[in-house]
Amino acid sequence: MLLIHCPYCAEERPETEFAHAGEAHIERSTEMNALTDEGFSKFFFYRDNTKGTTFERWRHIHGCGRYFNAARDTVSDKFLTTYKAGEPKPDLSKLVDDQTNAGAKS
Amino acid sequence: MDNSVKLRRSLPLAEKAFGASGVSVTSMGAGYRCSLRVGADDVAALSQALGVDLPQTPKTSARSASRIAMWLGPDEWSIYDSKNNPIDDLKNVDVACAGVDVSHRNTAIEVSGSLAAGVINAGCPQDLSLEVFPVGACSRTILGKVEIVLCRTKADIFHVECWRSFSPYVFEFLSTAAKEQSALAAR
Repeated sequence: MLLIHCPYCAEERPETEFAHAGEAHIERSTEMNALTDEGFSKFFFYRDNTKGTTFERWRHIHGCGRYFNAARDTVSDKFLTTYKAGEPKPDLSKLVDDQTNAGAKS
Repeated sequence: MDNSVKLRRSLPLAEKAFGASGVSVTSMGAGYRCSLRVGADDVAALSQALGVDLPQTPKTSARSASRIAMWLGPDEWSIYDSKNNPIDDLKNVDVACAGVDVSHRNTAIEVSGSLAAGVINAGCPQDLSLEVFPVGACSRTILGKVEIVLCRTKADIFHVECWRSFSPYVFEFLSTAAKEQSALAAR
């Protein structure tokens, strides 16, 4: 079973306690009325669906109930990191380096 | 003539109990529960009103007399009391909080004995070893297909809270697991 680190519970928990909640860091425009139909549909419907590393929201629904963000590789299903909602995107190049170094050491 | 209707609450599991060598699964009697949500600034005021320090560390609980305050989330607690309704203590509190009496939404099952952790692990994927889940640890988690709140009250006693409509499932799940674990241990 996949273990996911919850930044609020500060420990790894089994994946069945979590729910995936879509792409992260999608900002709602402060000028919604000024948006064109095309602009709105882009905000509302279209997602990147990246193959590789993505940033996504997860919810620890059967635990602390909190939403948080995660950087995950959609090919290997490996979680690079998780961080609290509202925190900035972590530096991906550094994360990948850390993972490589950790792998080299072990 | 007395026209008043007298209603009596019934416990969903009545007095159900299952016992096997090394573990017993027992439905607990009526108790009071309060679902509590409050911001960090007002935790101290509510702790004082409830007479128990609301724990602020994940996966921990605090006790005082018949009352247990369980940490569920950064601003969420579950208060369980076997004797007095905690909601009564919140009536005169002057802080912004959400306290809801959920006494009859939930029911509790106690799993006790040397095999208790193994029995719960039959449906709960959390690490229940004493190092990771010590006495006093509590967590909202999963048992089989349903959500439960688990609290370790003693080294070999677990308090399992679930919604009352799920309780027949939870009881059957735990007693089946108890039967299996007990038979395996006896081999």
